[in-house]
Amino acid sequence: MEKFKKICINCPAGCHLEIEKEGDAITVRGNSCPRGIAYARQEVTDPRRVVTAVVAADAPERLFIPVKTTAPVPMAEIPELLKKLFSMRVALPVHPGDVLLKDHPSTEITVVATGTGK
Amino acid sequence: MKTRTADIAVIGGGAAGLTAAARCAAAGKKTLLIERLSRPGGVLQQCIHSGFGIHRFNEELTGPEYAHRVLTQAEEAGAEILLNATVMQIDGTGEVKTLTVYSRDEGVLLIRARAVILAMGCRERCRGNLGIPGERTAGIFNAGLAQKLINEQGLLPGTRAVIAGSGDIGLIMARRLSWCGVKVACVIEIMPYPAGLSRNIAQCLEDFDIPLLLSHTLTGIYGKKRVEYVTIAPLVNGVPDLAQEKKITCDTILFSVGLVPENELSRACGIELDPVTNGPRVDSSLMTNIPGIFSCGNVLHVHDLVDFVSDEADRAADSAVAWAAGERPGEAAITVKAGKNLRYTVPHRAEAGKTNHFYMRASTVMDKAELRVTSPEGRIIFSKKLRYVKPAEMISAAFPCPEESTYTFTLENC
Repeated sequence: MEKFKKICINCPAGCHLEIEKEGDAITVRGNSCPRGIAYARQEVTDPRRVVTAVVAADAPERLFIPVKTTAPVPMAEIPELLKKLFSMRVALPVHPGDVLLKDHPSTEITVVATGTGK
Repeated sequence: MKTRTADIAVIGGGAAGLTAAARCAAAGKKTLLIERLSRPGGVLQQCIHSGFGIHRFNEELTGPEYAHRVLTQAEEAGAEILLNATVMQIDGTGEVKTLTVYSRDEGVLLIRARAVILAMGCRERCRGNLGIPGERTAGIFNAGLAQKLINEQGLLPGTRAVIAGSGDIGLIMARRLSWCGVKVACVIEIMPYPAGLSRNIAQCLEDFDIPLLLSHTLTGIYGKKRVEYVTIAPLVNGVPDLAQEKKITCDTILFSVGLVPENELSRACGIELDPVTNGPRVDSSLMTNIPGIFSCGNVLHVHDLVDFVSDEADRAADSAVAWAAGERPGEAAITVKAGKNLRYTVPHRAEAGKTNHFYMRASTVMDKAELRVTSPEGRIIFSKKLRYVKPAEMISAAFPCPEESTYTFTLENC
Protein backbone atom coordinates (compact mmCIF):
# COMPACT_ATOMS: atom_id res chain seq x y z
CA MET A 1 0.00 0.00 0.00
CA GLU A 2 1.27 3.45 -0.92
CA LYS A 3 0.58 6.54 1.19
CA PHE A 4 0.55 10.16 0.01
CA LYS A 5 -0.05 13.56 1.56
CA LYS A 6 -1.42 16.27 -0.73
CA ILE A 7 -2.94 19.73 -0.33
CA CYS A 8 -6.17 20.01 -2.31
CA ILE A 9 -6.07 23.04 -4.62
CA ASN A 10 -9.72 23.16 -5.69
CA CYS A 11 -10.52 26.06 -3.39
CA PRO A 12 -8.71 28.28 -0.91
CA ALA A 13 -9.61 26.00 2.03
CA GLY A 14 -6.58 23.90 1.03
CA CYS A 15 -7.63 20.65 2.73
CA HIS A 16 -4.74 18.42 3.76
CA LEU A 17 -5.52 15.09 2.14
CA GLU A 18 -4.17 11.78 3.38
CA ILE A 19 -4.38 9.27 0.58
CA GLU A 20 -3.90 5.50 0.61
CA LYS A 21 -3.57 3.63 -2.64
CA GLU A 22 -3.80 -0.12 -2.97
CA GLY A 23 -3.98 -1.18 -6.62
CA ASP A 24 -6.96 0.72 -8.02
CA ALA A 25 -8.52 1.29 -4.61
CA ILE A 26 -7.99 4.76 -3.22
CA THR A 27 -9.08 6.00 0.17
CA VAL A 28 -8.96 9.68 1.03
CA ARG A 29 -9.12 11.33 4.43
CA GLY A 30 -9.08 15.03 5.30
CA ASN A 31 -11.24 16.22 2.40
CA SER A 32 -14.32 18.29 3.14
CA CYS A 33 -16.07 17.84 -0.20
CA PRO A 34 -16.21 15.34 -3.11
CA ARG A 35 -13.85 17.47 -5.19
CA GLY A 36 -11.08 16.48 -2.79
CA ILE A 37 -11.54 12.80 -3.65
CA ALA A 38 -11.41 13.48 -7.39
CA TYR A 39 -8.32 15.63 -6.93
CA ALA A 40 -6.61 12.95 -4.81
CA ARG A 41 -7.34 10.27 -7.43
CA GLN A 42 -5.93 12.42 -10.24
CA GLU A 43 -2.84 13.32 -8.19
CA VAL A 44 -1.89 9.73 -7.32
CA THR A 45 -2.72 8.17 -10.68
CA ASP A 46 -1.92 10.80 -13.33
CA PRO A 47 -0.67 14.13 -11.94
CA ARG A 48 -0.62 16.93 -14.50
CA ARG A 49 0.39 20.59 -14.52
CA VAL A 50 0.09 23.53 -16.87
CA VAL A 51 3.66 24.49 -17.79
CA THR A 52 4.69 28.08 -18.43
CA ALA A 53 8.08 29.38 -19.53
CA VAL A 54 9.73 31.99 -21.71
CA VAL A 55 11.19 31.21 -25.13
CA ALA A 56 13.92 33.32 -26.72
CA ALA A 57 13.01 35.29 -29.82
CA ASP A 58 15.13 34.98 -32.94
CA ALA A 59 15.98 38.68 -32.87
CA PRO A 60 19.07 40.86 -32.47
CA GLU A 61 17.77 42.33 -29.20
CA ARG A 62 17.19 40.26 -26.03
CA LEU A 63 13.52 39.40 -26.24
CA PHE A 64 11.62 36.61 -24.54
CA ILE A 65 8.14 35.35 -25.36
CA PRO A 66 5.98 34.04 -22.49
CA VAL A 67 4.39 30.68 -23.36
CA LYS A 68 2.07 28.07 -21.83
CA THR A 69 0.78 24.60 -22.56
CA THR A 70 -2.86 24.65 -23.65
CA ALA A 71 -3.71 21.82 -21.24
CA PRO A 72 -2.13 20.27 -18.15
CA VAL A 73 0.85 18.08 -19.04
CA PRO A 74 1.77 14.74 -17.38
CA MET A 75 4.35 15.72 -14.75
CA ALA A 76 6.86 13.13 -15.95
CA GLU A 77 7.03 14.86 -19.34
CA ILE A 78 7.76 18.35 -18.00
CA PRO A 79 11.61 18.18 -17.89
CA GLU A 80 11.81 17.06 -21.54
CA LEU A 81 9.36 19.79 -22.58
CA LEU A 82 11.29 22.52 -20.75
CA LYS A 83 14.55 21.39 -22.31
CA LYS A 84 12.99 21.77 -25.73
CA LEU A 85 11.49 25.21 -24.94
CA PHE A 86 14.82 26.53 -23.62
CA SER A 87 16.61 25.47 -26.82
CA MET A 88 14.08 27.04 -29.22
CA ARG A 89 14.35 30.37 -31.07
CA VAL A 90 11.06 31.87 -32.22
CA ALA A 91 10.70 34.09 -35.28
CA LEU A 92 9.00 37.44 -34.69
CA PRO A 93 6.39 38.79 -34.69
CA VAL A 94 4.50 36.60 -32.23
CA HIS A 95 0.94 37.15 -31.04
CA PRO A 96 -0.87 35.71 -28.01
CA GLY A 97 -2.38 32.36 -29.02
CA ASP A 98 0.19 31.57 -31.76
CA VAL A 99 1.14 27.87 -31.66
CA LEU A 100 4.89 27.59 -31.10
CA LEU A 101 5.30 23.87 -30.45
CA LYS A 102 3.19 20.75 -31.04
CA ASP A 103 3.49 17.08 -30.09
CA HIS A 104 6.58 17.37 -27.91
CA PRO A 105 7.44 15.10 -26.23
CA SER A 106 4.02 13.42 -26.50
CA THR A 107 1.23 14.02 -28.98
CA GLU A 108 -1.10 15.79 -26.61
CA ILE A 109 1.11 18.79 -25.86
CA THR A 110 0.58 22.15 -27.54
CA VAL A 111 2.52 25.25 -26.51
CA VAL A 112 1.16 28.70 -27.38
CA ALA A 113 2.46 32.24 -26.88
CA THR A 114 0.76 34.23 -24.12
CA GLY A 115 2.33 37.58 -25.03
CA THR A 116 4.34 39.35 -27.70
CA GLY A 117 7.55 39.76 -25.69
CA LYS A 118 7.39 43.52 -26.28
CA MET B 1 4.83 73.65 -21.04
CA LYS B 2 2.05 71.59 -22.63
CA THR B 3 -1.30 71.24 -20.95
CA ARG B 4 -3.76 68.42 -21.56
CA THR B 5 -7.24 68.00 -20.22
CA ALA B 6 -9.32 64.94 -19.44
CA ASP B 7 -12.42 64.09 -17.48
CA ILE B 8 -10.54 61.43 -15.53
CA ALA B 9 -6.80 60.86 -15.09
CA VAL B 10 -5.67 57.39 -14.01
CA ILE B 11 -2.20 57.05 -12.47
CA GLY B 12 -0.62 53.64 -13.12
CA GLY B 13 -1.10 51.15 -15.98
CA GLY B 14 -1.25 47.82 -14.15
CA ALA B 15 -4.35 45.70 -13.60
CA ALA B 16 -6.11 48.34 -11.48
CA GLY B 17 -5.33 51.29 -13.74
CA LEU B 18 -6.17 49.52 -17.01
CA THR B 19 -9.44 48.13 -15.63
CA ALA B 20 -10.44 51.52 -14.24
CA ALA B 21 -9.49 53.34 -17.47
CA ALA B 22 -11.50 50.85 -19.54
CA ARG B 23 -14.59 51.40 -17.42
CA CYS B 24 -14.29 55.21 -17.33
CA ALA B 25 -13.82 55.39 -21.10
CA ALA B 26 -16.69 52.95 -21.68
CA ALA B 27 -18.90 55.30 -19.69
CA GLY B 28 -18.09 58.03 -22.20
CA LYS B 29 -15.55 59.95 -20.13
CA LYS B 30 -12.38 61.30 -21.70
CA THR B 31 -9.83 59.18 -19.87
CA LEU B 32 -6.06 59.56 -19.77
CA LEU B 33 -3.91 56.86 -18.17
CA ILE B 34 -0.32 57.70 -17.21
CA GLU B 35 2.21 54.84 -16.96
CA ARG B 36 5.90 55.28 -16.16
CA LEU B 37 7.18 52.16 -17.95
CA SER B 38 7.42 51.63 -21.70
CA ARG B 39 4.69 49.00 -21.73
CA PRO B 40 1.41 48.71 -19.85
CA GLY B 41 0.43 45.71 -17.72
CA GLY B 42 2.43 46.30 -14.55
CA VAL B 43 3.57 43.25 -12.64
CA LEU B 44 1.27 41.00 -14.71
CA GLN B 45 3.83 41.05 -17.54
CA GLN B 46 6.39 39.19 -15.45
CA CYS B 47 3.83 36.82 -13.88
CA ILE B 48 3.95 34.36 -16.77
CA HIS B 49 2.42 31.53 -14.70
CA SER B 50 -1.29 30.81 -14.94
CA GLY B 51 -4.03 31.23 -12.34
CA PHE B 52 -5.31 34.74 -13.11
CA GLY B 53 -8.88 35.63 -14.02
CA ILE B 54 -10.65 32.56 -12.62
CA HIS B 55 -13.29 34.70 -10.87
CA ARG B 56 -13.55 37.54 -13.37
CA PHE B 57 -13.23 35.82 -16.74
CA ASN B 58 -14.10 32.23 -15.69
CA GLU B 59 -10.86 31.14 -17.31
CA GLU B 60 -7.38 30.45 -16.07
CA LEU B 61 -5.13 33.01 -17.73
CA THR B 62 -1.43 33.83 -17.41
CA GLY B 63 -0.40 37.32 -16.27
CA PRO B 64 0.46 38.58 -19.78
CA GLU B 65 -2.89 37.26 -21.07
CA TYR B 66 -4.79 39.05 -18.30
CA ALA B 67 -2.85 42.23 -19.06
CA HIS B 68 -3.57 41.86 -22.78
CA ARG B 69 -7.26 41.45 -22.04
CA VAL B 70 -7.66 44.54 -19.84
CA LEU B 71 -5.38 46.59 -22.13
CA THR B 72 -7.56 45.67 -25.13
CA GLN B 73 -10.68 46.65 -23.16
CA ALA B 74 -9.12 50.02 -22.29
CA GLU B 75 -8.01 50.70 -25.88
CA GLU B 76 -11.30 49.62 -27.43
CA ALA B 77 -13.22 51.81 -25.00
CA GLY B 78 -11.12 54.76 -26.15
CA ALA B 79 -8.90 55.42 -23.14
CA GLU B 80 -5.67 57.20 -24.03
CA ILE B 81 -2.53 55.60 -22.58
CA LEU B 82 0.52 57.77 -22.05
CA LEU B 83 3.65 55.57 -21.67
CA ASN B 84 7.11 56.54 -20.39
CA ALA B 85 5.49 59.24 -18.29
CA THR B 86 5.83 59.70 -14.54
CA VAL B 87 3.48 61.73 -12.39
CA MET B 88 5.64 63.88 -10.12
CA GLN B 89 3.00 65.85 -8.29
CA ILE B 90 -0.74 66.05 -7.75
CA ASP B 91 -2.43 69.33 -6.95
CA GLY B 92 -5.75 68.19 -5.54
CA THR B 93 -7.08 71.54 -4.35
CA GLY B 94 -9.97 72.94 -6.33
CA GLU B 95 -12.59 71.43 -8.61
CA VAL B 96 -10.06 70.58 -11.33
CA LYS B 97 -6.98 68.59 -10.30
CA THR B 98 -3.59 69.24 -11.88
CA LEU B 99 -0.95 66.55 -12.38
CA THR B 100 2.64 67.48 -13.16
CA VAL B 101 4.00 64.76 -15.43
CA TYR B 102 7.50 64.13 -16.78
CA SER B 103 7.11 62.47 -20.16
CA ARG B 104 9.96 60.99 -22.18
CA ASP B 105 8.35 62.08 -25.42
CA GLU B 106 6.63 65.34 -24.48
CA GLY B 107 8.77 66.81 -21.69
CA VAL B 108 7.00 68.38 -18.75
CA LEU B 109 3.23 68.14 -19.07
CA LEU B 110 0.37 69.49 -17.02
CA ILE B 111 -2.69 67.27 -17.02
CA ARG B 112 -5.94 68.76 -15.78
CA ALA B 113 -8.75 66.39 -14.84
CA ARG B 114 -12.01 66.57 -12.90
CA ALA B 115 -11.31 63.26 -11.16
CA VAL B 116 -8.14 61.29 -10.46
CA ILE B 117 -7.81 57.55 -9.82
CA LEU B 118 -4.71 56.44 -7.92
CA ALA B 119 -3.61 52.99 -9.17
CA MET B 120 0.14 53.05 -8.58
CA GLY B 121 0.36 49.54 -7.12
CA CYS B 122 2.95 48.46 -4.62
CA ARG B 123 6.60 47.51 -4.35
CA GLU B 124 8.49 44.80 -2.49
CA ARG B 125 9.83 45.04 1.00
CA CYS B 126 13.54 44.32 0.92
CA ARG B 127 16.31 43.05 3.16
CA GLY B 128 16.95 46.55 4.48
CA ASN B 129 13.36 46.74 5.77
CA LEU B 130 13.96 43.62 7.86
CA GLY B 131 17.39 44.30 9.28
CA ILE B 132 18.93 40.88 8.49
CA PRO B 133 22.53 40.92 9.74
CA GLY B 134 25.52 39.81 7.63
CA GLU B 135 27.44 40.85 4.55
CA ARG B 136 26.22 43.14 1.80
CA THR B 137 27.34 40.87 -0.98
CA ALA B 138 26.08 40.01 -4.47
CA GLY B 139 23.34 37.39 -4.81
CA ILE B 140 20.62 39.02 -2.70
CA PHE B 141 17.43 39.68 -4.64
CA ASN B 142 13.82 40.52 -4.07
CA ALA B 143 11.70 37.66 -5.40
CA GLY B 144 9.88 39.95 -7.82
CA LEU B 145 13.14 41.30 -9.21
CA ALA B 146 14.40 37.75 -9.81
CA GLN B 147 11.07 37.04 -11.52
CA LYS B 148 11.54 40.01 -13.83
CA LEU B 149 15.12 38.96 -14.65
CA ILE B 150 14.11 35.42 -15.56
CA ASN B 151 10.76 36.01 -17.23
CA GLU B 152 11.43 39.24 -19.09
CA GLN B 153 15.16 39.22 -19.63
CA GLY B 154 16.04 35.52 -19.71
CA LEU B 155 18.66 35.87 -16.95
CA LEU B 156 19.14 33.37 -14.09
CA PRO B 157 19.99 34.89 -10.71
CA GLY B 158 22.17 32.00 -9.46
CA THR B 159 22.52 28.24 -9.04
CA ARG B 160 21.41 27.39 -5.50
CA ALA B 161 18.86 29.53 -3.68
CA VAL B 162 17.27 30.05 -0.28
CA ILE B 163 13.93 31.84 -0.29
CA ALA B 164 13.18 34.00 2.73
CA GLY B 165 9.46 34.46 3.28
CA SER B 166 6.60 32.32 2.00
CA GLY B 167 4.65 35.04 0.19
CA ASP B 168 3.11 34.05 -3.13
CA ILE B 169 5.85 35.60 -5.27
CA GLY B 170 8.47 33.60 -3.35
CA LEU B 171 6.53 30.37 -3.79
CA ILE B 172 5.96 31.00 -7.50
CA MET B 173 9.68 31.69 -7.81
CA ALA B 174 10.57 28.42 -6.07
CA ARG B 175 8.83 26.60 -8.93
CA ARG B 176 10.26 28.89 -11.61
CA LEU B 177 13.82 28.41 -10.31
CA SER B 178 13.32 24.64 -10.09
CA TRP B 179 12.02 24.49 -13.66
CA CYS B 180 15.02 26.57 -14.79
CA GLY B 181 17.55 24.23 -13.16
CA VAL B 182 18.27 26.32 -10.06
CA LYS B 183 18.24 24.24 -6.86
CA VAL B 184 16.01 25.70 -4.12
CA ALA B 185 17.42 24.58 -0.77
CA CYS B 186 14.44 25.68 1.31
CA VAL B 187 11.82 28.35 1.97
CA ILE B 188 11.88 29.82 5.45
CA GLU B 189 8.94 31.60 7.06
CA ILE B 190 9.01 33.54 10.31
CA MET B 191 5.33 32.91 11.09
CA PRO B 192 3.94 29.51 12.17
CA TYR B 193 1.76 29.43 9.02
CA PRO B 194 2.55 30.10 5.34
CA ALA B 195 2.03 33.61 3.95
CA GLY B 196 1.02 32.40 0.49
CA LEU B 197 -2.02 30.67 -1.00
CA SER B 198 -2.31 26.93 -0.30
CA ARG B 199 -2.46 26.08 -4.01
CA ASN B 200 1.02 27.60 -4.32
CA ILE B 201 2.36 25.56 -1.37
CA ALA B 202 1.07 22.44 -3.14
CA GLN B 203 2.24 23.15 -6.68
CA CYS B 204 5.36 25.22 -6.11
CA LEU B 205 6.96 23.51 -3.11
CA GLU B 206 5.55 19.99 -2.70
CA ASP B 207 5.93 19.14 -6.40
CA PHE B 208 9.67 19.75 -6.04
CA ASP B 209 10.13 18.44 -2.47
CA ILE B 210 11.26 21.88 -1.32
CA PRO B 211 11.18 22.09 2.49
CA LEU B 212 9.08 24.89 4.04
CA LEU B 213 10.55 25.77 7.43
CA LEU B 214 7.88 27.55 9.45
CA SER B 215 8.73 29.64 12.55
CA HIS B 216 12.28 30.08 11.26
CA THR B 217 14.27 33.23 10.56
CA LEU B 218 17.45 34.19 8.72
CA THR B 219 20.13 35.04 11.27
CA GLY B 220 22.90 35.98 8.85
CA ILE B 221 24.08 36.24 5.25
CA TYR B 222 27.73 35.39 4.55
CA GLY B 223 30.09 35.59 1.55
CA LYS B 224 32.91 37.71 0.17
CA LYS B 225 31.97 38.71 -3.37
CA ARG B 226 28.92 36.53 -3.68
CA VAL B 227 26.63 34.89 -1.11
CA GLU B 228 28.29 31.65 0.09
CA TYR B 229 25.91 30.59 2.84
CA VAL B 230 23.18 31.77 5.18
CA THR B 231 22.42 30.86 8.76
CA ILE B 232 18.89 30.19 9.97
CA ALA B 233 17.39 29.46 13.38
CA PRO B 234 13.99 28.41 14.70
CA LEU B 235 12.02 30.95 16.69
CA VAL B 236 11.31 30.01 20.28
CA ASN B 237 8.86 32.38 21.99
CA GLY B 238 9.45 34.86 19.19
CA VAL B 239 13.25 34.91 19.59
CA PRO B 240 15.75 33.09 17.33
CA ASP B 241 17.18 30.10 19.25
CA LEU B 242 20.85 30.44 18.29
CA ALA B 243 21.71 27.11 19.93
CA GLN B 244 19.82 25.49 17.04
CA GLU B 245 21.33 27.73 14.35
CA LYS B 246 22.06 25.94 11.04
CA LYS B 247 24.18 26.81 8.04
CA ILE B 248 22.74 26.47 4.53
CA THR B 249 25.02 26.69 1.49
CA CYS B 250 23.65 28.86 -1.32
CA ASP B 251 24.74 31.57 -3.76
CA THR B 252 21.38 33.30 -3.99
CA ILE B 253 18.76 34.60 -1.56
CA LEU B 254 15.32 35.73 -2.63
CA PHE B 255 13.27 37.86 -0.27
CA SER B 256 9.51 37.46 -0.48
CA VAL B 257 8.55 39.32 2.64
CA GLY B 258 5.59 41.45 1.76
CA LEU B 259 4.57 44.39 -0.37
CA VAL B 260 4.25 48.08 0.42
CA PRO B 261 1.72 50.27 -1.41
CA GLU B 262 3.57 52.99 -3.31
CA ASN B 263 2.05 56.14 -1.86
CA GLU B 264 4.77 58.81 -1.96
CA LEU B 265 2.69 60.77 -4.47
CA SER B 266 -0.46 60.44 -2.34
CA ARG B 267 1.31 61.48 0.85
CA ALA B 268 2.87 64.53 -0.81
CA CYS B 269 -0.51 65.86 -1.92
CA GLY B 270 -2.07 65.54 1.50
CA ILE B 271 -3.90 62.21 1.25
CA GLU B 272 -4.39 60.55 4.64
CA LEU B 273 -2.92 57.06 4.86
CA ASP B 274 -3.87 54.11 7.06
CA PRO B 275 -0.74 52.98 8.97
CA VAL B 276 -1.89 49.33 8.79
CA THR B 277 -2.62 49.04 5.05
CA ASN B 278 -0.12 51.78 4.09
CA GLY B 279 -2.80 52.85 1.62
CA PRO B 280 -5.16 55.85 1.53
CA ARG B 281 -8.09 56.04 3.94
CA VAL B 282 -11.17 55.87 1.73
CA ASP B 283 -14.94 55.98 1.93
CA SER B 284 -17.23 53.41 0.34
CA SER B 285 -17.00 55.21 -3.01
CA LEU B 286 -13.22 54.59 -2.70
CA MET B 287 -12.67 58.34 -2.48
CA THR B 288 -9.76 59.59 -0.39
CA ASN B 289 -9.97 62.54 2.00
CA ILE B 290 -9.33 64.79 -1.03
CA PRO B 291 -12.63 65.16 -2.92
CA GLY B 292 -12.38 63.86 -6.49
CA ILE B 293 -9.33 61.64 -5.86
CA PHE B 294 -10.10 57.91 -5.76
CA SER B 295 -7.94 54.87 -5.16
CA CYS B 296 -7.99 51.17 -6.06
CA GLY B 297 -5.82 48.06 -6.37
CA ASN B 298 -2.58 47.40 -4.53
CA VAL B 299 -1.90 51.07 -3.82
CA LEU B 300 -5.02 51.01 -1.62
CA HIS B 301 -4.26 47.70 0.10
CA VAL B 302 -2.31 44.65 -1.05
CA HIS B 303 -4.57 42.07 -2.71
CA ASP B 304 -3.83 38.39 -3.30
CA LEU B 305 -5.94 37.94 -6.45
CA VAL B 306 -5.94 40.24 -9.49
CA ASP B 307 -9.63 39.49 -9.97
CA PHE B 308 -10.41 41.44 -6.80
CA VAL B 309 -8.12 44.26 -7.95
CA SER B 310 -10.19 44.60 -11.11
CA ASP B 311 -13.49 44.43 -9.19
CA GLU B 312 -12.29 47.23 -6.92
CA ALA B 313 -11.07 49.23 -9.95
CA ASP B 314 -14.54 48.99 -11.47
CA ARG B 315 -16.04 50.51 -8.33
CA ALA B 316 -13.45 53.32 -8.19
CA ALA B 317 -14.14 54.00 -11.88
CA ASP B 318 -17.92 54.16 -11.34
CA SER B 319 -17.40 56.65 -8.51
CA ALA B 320 -14.98 58.75 -10.59
CA VAL B 321 -17.38 58.76 -13.56
CA ALA B 322 -20.22 59.98 -11.33
CA TRP B 323 -17.95 62.61 -9.79
CA ALA B 324 -16.74 63.88 -13.17
CA ALA B 325 -20.41 64.19 -14.22
CA GLY B 326 -21.01 66.47 -11.26
CA GLU B 327 -22.72 64.00 -8.95
CA ARG B 328 -21.64 64.09 -5.33
CA PRO B 329 -21.82 60.97 -3.13
CA GLY B 330 -23.77 61.00 0.10
CA GLU B 331 -21.84 61.51 3.30
CA ALA B 332 -20.01 58.37 4.41
CA ALA B 333 -20.76 58.92 8.06
CA ILE B 334 -20.25 55.39 9.39
CA THR B 335 -16.79 54.79 10.85
CA VAL B 336 -15.56 51.27 10.04
CA LYS B 337 -13.25 49.54 12.49
CA ALA B 338 -11.33 46.25 12.39
CA GLY B 339 -11.80 44.41 15.70
CA LYS B 340 -10.93 40.99 17.03
CA ASN B 341 -8.84 38.74 14.72
CA LEU B 342 -8.84 41.26 11.88
CA ARG B 343 -5.86 43.28 10.77
CA TYR B 344 -7.75 45.82 8.68
CA THR B 345 -10.91 46.64 6.79
CA VAL B 346 -11.29 48.76 3.64
CA PRO B 347 -13.10 51.15 3.15
CA HIS B 348 -12.67 53.12 6.35
CA ARG B 349 -16.01 54.92 6.13
CA ALA B 350 -19.33 53.60 4.86
CA GLU B 351 -22.46 55.28 3.58
CA ALA B 352 -25.79 54.45 5.19
CA GLY B 353 -28.79 53.51 3.08
CA LYS B 354 -26.98 51.58 0.35
CA THR B 355 -24.98 48.39 -0.20
CA ASN B 356 -21.30 48.84 0.66
CA HIS B 357 -18.47 46.47 -0.33
CA PHE B 358 -15.82 45.64 2.25
CA TYR B 359 -12.48 43.87 1.98
CA MET B 360 -10.62 42.74 5.08
CA ARG B 361 -7.70 40.63 6.14
CA ALA B 362 -7.47 38.29 9.14
CA SER B 363 -4.62 38.59 11.59
CA THR B 364 -4.58 34.87 12.41
CA VAL B 365 -5.39 31.40 11.07
CA MET B 366 -8.80 30.10 12.19
CA ASP B 367 -10.54 26.84 11.44
CA LYS B 368 -14.15 27.91 11.21
CA ALA B 369 -15.25 31.42 11.99
CA GLU B 370 -18.07 33.90 11.80
CA LEU B 371 -17.54 37.36 10.39
CA ARG B 372 -19.63 39.69 12.53
CA VAL B 373 -20.38 43.39 12.12
CA THR B 374 -21.72 45.08 15.25
CA SER B 375 -23.05 48.51 16.19
CA PRO B 376 -21.67 50.43 19.22
CA GLU B 377 -24.59 49.00 21.27
CA GLY B 378 -23.61 45.46 20.30
CA ARG B 379 -26.40 44.90 17.78
CA ILE B 380 -25.38 42.49 14.99
CA ILE B 381 -25.77 44.30 11.67
CA PHE B 382 -24.36 41.55 9.45
CA SER B 383 -22.84 38.13 9.91
CA LYS B 384 -21.49 35.43 7.64
CA LYS B 385 -19.99 31.99 8.29
CA LEU B 386 -16.53 31.32 6.93
CA ARG B 387 -15.21 27.79 6.36
CA TYR B 388 -11.61 28.84 6.84
CA VAL B 389 -9.71 31.99 7.72
CA LYS B 390 -6.14 32.68 6.69
CA PRO B 391 -4.19 35.94 6.63
CA ALA B 392 -3.12 35.00 3.07
CA GLU B 393 -6.72 35.01 1.80
CA MET B 394 -8.58 38.30 1.67
CA ILE B 395 -12.16 38.21 3.00
CA SER B 396 -14.93 40.15 1.27
CA ALA B 397 -18.44 41.11 2.30
CA ALA B 398 -21.20 43.26 0.79
CA PHE B 399 -24.43 44.17 2.53
CA PRO B 400 -26.99 47.00 2.78
CA CYS B 401 -25.85 49.36 5.52
CA PRO B 402 -28.24 50.82 8.09
CA GLU B 403 -27.36 54.07 9.81
CA GLU B 404 -24.97 53.76 12.76
CA SER B 405 -22.08 55.83 14.04
CA THR B 406 -19.62 52.91 13.97
CA TYR B 407 -19.37 49.42 12.51
CA THR B 408 -16.93 47.02 14.17
CA PHE B 409 -15.88 43.98 12.13
CA THR B 410 -14.72 40.91 14.09
CA LEU B 411 -14.00 37.25 13.46
CA GLU B 412 -15.52 35.02 16.13
CA ASN B 413 -14.81 31.36 16.77
CA CYS B 414 -17.74 29.08 16.08
